[in-house]
Parts: sequence; structure tokens; C-alpha cells
Amino acid sequence: MPYRMTVSPDFTPDHIGGWYIFNTWLQKSLQLPIHLELYDNFNQQRKAIGDDQIDLIYANPYDASVLVREKGFVPVARPSQTSDEAIIAVNQTSNVEYIESLGMDTVIALTEDPDVNLICDIMLEPAEMHNSGKNRLVMGSYPLVAKALINNRADIGFFLVEAYQSLSQLTKQNLSVLARSQINVMHHTLLVGPQLKQHRDLLSQHLLTMKSNYKGAGVMESMGFDEWENMPDEAMEFMIDLVDTLNYQPE
Amino acid sequence: MQDMEPEDINGNYIERILIFNDGSRRKVLVTDKETPFQDGRLIVSRTDAAGIITHVNQSFVEMSGYSQEELVGQPHYILRHPDMPSAAFKGLWDAIEKGDKWHGYVKNLRKDGGYYWVLAVVIPNIREGKITGFTSVRRKPARRKVEECIDLYPTLF
Ligand SMILES: Cc1cc2nc3c(=O)[nH]c(=O)nc-3n(C[C@H](O)[C@H](O)[C@H](O)COP(=O)(O)O)c2cc1C
Repeated sequence: MPYRMTVSPDFTPDHIGGWYIFNTWLQKSLQLPIHLELYDNFNQQRKAIGDDQIDLIYANPYDASVLVREKGFVPVARPSQTSDEAIIAVNQTSNVEYIESLGMDTVIALTEDPDVNLICDIMLEPAEMHNSGKNRLVMGSYPLVAKALINNRADIGFFLVEAYQSLSQLTKQNLSVLARSQINVMHHTLLVGPQLKQHRDLLSQHLLTMKSNYKGAGVMESMGFDEWENMPDEAMEFMIDLVDTLNYQPE
Repeated sequence: MQDMEPEDINGNYIERILIFNDGSRRKVLVTDKETPFQDGRLIVSRTDAAGIITHVNQSFVEMSGYSQEELVGQPHYILRHPDMPSAAFKGLWDAIEKGDKWHGYVKNLRKDGGYYWVLAVVIPNIREGKITGFTSVRRKPARRKVEECIDLYPTLF
């Protein structure tokens, strides 16, 4: 049985190919069979995780917290100099200029990306409308969130910054950014599960030298990363504490 | 902790003396200039179990006016504003030392004598059952809540 790898469904479509190339590179380097399974949405991926179908995952901070706490995953590496940030956008013609001016009847278009939703809800704090259960249109992808804004079905939309940036030029012209998060210290992480844990050191050796490896450098480029950096357990614990802090909802 | 220096202050100021829980004193110089909290900013810091700062993010540096080097290694009361009642911080420490989470509205003092309001959440960092430190994230507060605190806090002295 090959090991199974997956990627948080929020990665940009431009890099799908990069992840397949990475998988091939990884199998050759580690001399281990690994199958890459990409899920269309967070629900499908969560089900696979729940059924213990995943051994290696590039996870967003929120999912990473759950995987470490509840599923015995451990961190291996993170891409250097990246951070997960979110954008709240509006239709270009919207007259909303500040978060404060949003009313309780604001309709939000969003995906199921737990990370981005958490950050954006916090950005809505000054409007005192966060977590209002109603008025949320859950869309299957970020381009659909954009579409809901452009068609005026929603007043504001939640985006991962990379996803917003990779929208088509035409789409972006019809949107404008209301707020962009500045957290700097949250990022995606590559984690290994209980079945593959025994190879954590081997994996980490290969990843950390990947950039200086003649083939590896090209693979990194196709994934849109500069370099892998070590991700110690304590750094992971720090991020879990951070996610906990963000998750805590003052009344 | 070092007293605040007039050359760091931006505008007219008044002088106040703070006495902290550890018995130390600090002369602070206070102006009435509020620094607005930009939408989307999250101010993150982490302390050891005694409340000494071990980590800050870029937003913390920019909002407080101190450099990272000036912050790390200092007690978190470096941001203490004389308008904050000590009852608020007693509530904070009582909660987090028990292992609970805490939130509150805090008026913080900048290096330049100005201030900024935050909604702060503090949680204990628990490793192998022991509290090893604390993490705090501050977000932009709702103005209505800040106005309530402006009325309430002076009554708590
Ligand atoms: C993680 C953490 C973050 C804190 N953040 C602040 C802060 O932003 N501003 C502040 O005045 N006190 C903050 N405090 C509380 C201070 O440690 C201190 O209690 C307070 O400034 C009052 O000083 P005193 O308790 O010595 O009287 C924080 C404490 C912790 C553990």
C-alpha cells in the first residue's frame, strides 16, 4: 500500500502540476511509494482525514492544529518566508469604505476554508457582526466567491490572499479590497501522520536540501516556493496556541 | 524599567508615575494622541510564565512604536497606560494563571506617549500540563465598546 499525500484545498490551481512533480521527486528521493490525492473541497478532505486515509499533508494552520492535537501528526517543514493572510473584498462599485460601516444585514460570500474564515471574522470585529450565522453564502471556490460579489449576491467576500491574487485580471478589476490581514506568523505546514512518522527525519533531510539539489530546485519553483524550512515541534505548538487565541470568541 | 524620555514624545505631555505589581516604578509621559488601529491588523505577542515578552510580530512593533529589540526581554507592562485600572490586569492574571483564557479592552501606551485601544485575548501556553508562557492576539475593537470603557474605567480606580 502506498502512503497517501494530500494538499489543503486552498492552494492555487496554477500549482497543481507542481504538487504532482513534487510527489514524483519525493518518491524517488525517499524510495517510498506515495500516492497524491487532491480533494475538491474541505469536506471531502476532512472525511479522508477522519478515516485515517492521509499520511502526509500540506495543511493550513487551522487543520494543522487539529491534525497535531487529535490525529497524532507531527510537523516536518514549512515553505520559508510565507505567511497566510486573508482579504475581505467588495464589489468595485460598493460604497462600503470601512469595516465599521457594515451592518448586521451584510451578506458574506465565503468558502469552507477554516483559516481564512477565522481571520476574516476577526477582521469584522469593529462592525460587531462577526459569527452572525445567517447571511452567509458558502461557495465551492474562491472564483465563485468573486462571482457572488460581482453579481451583487453578496456584499463582502472572504479570500485567501494568494487565491485573490490568482483571480483573473478582469475579475479583479471588478473588485476592491476592503481589508487585508497583517498577522505575519501563520503559515501552511507539511505534516506527517502516524504511519509515516518513522520516516520524518529522512523526509526532513531531503526537503531541507531540496533547493541545493539540481532537480529539487526546479520542483520547488513549480510549486511556487522558494525553499523548505525546518518546522520544529515548538514552532507548531506556538501556531496552535495562536489558532486557539483566534478561535476564542469574546462573548 | 527605564523611564520614558521627553525626546521620544510627540506633542504635549503630562508626567505620571506607575507602580507595578513587582514593586518597580516607571515615569511615563502621556499625550492625548490616539493612533488608529488599521483594519486587518492583528497584534501578536508571547511571554514567558512571568509575563516577560519573548516574541512580537511586526504589527506589535509598528503599533507600539518600540523596536523588536526594545520589546523582547521586557515585562509586558512596558505598554501599561496610567488610564488602565489595575483591577483589569488582576482579572487577567487571575484567569490565565488558573489556565483560563481572558479577553478585555485595553488602552495601551506607545513609546511616543500616544495610545491605542485593542480588544485583547490572552491564553496560557500549556506544555505537558504546565503553563510555560502566554500568547496574546489583539484585534481592532468595536468603537461602541471602547466608548463604554472610556466611561467605565475611571470608576474602577
Ligand atoms: C500575554 C500577555 C499580554 C499582555 N499584554 C498587555 C498589554 O498589551 N498591555 C498592558 O498594559 N498589559 C499587558 N499585559 C499585562 C501586564 O503583564 C501587566 O499585568 C500590566 O501591564 C499591569 O502591570 P502590573 O500587573 O504590574 O500592575 C499582558 C500580559 C500577558 C501575560
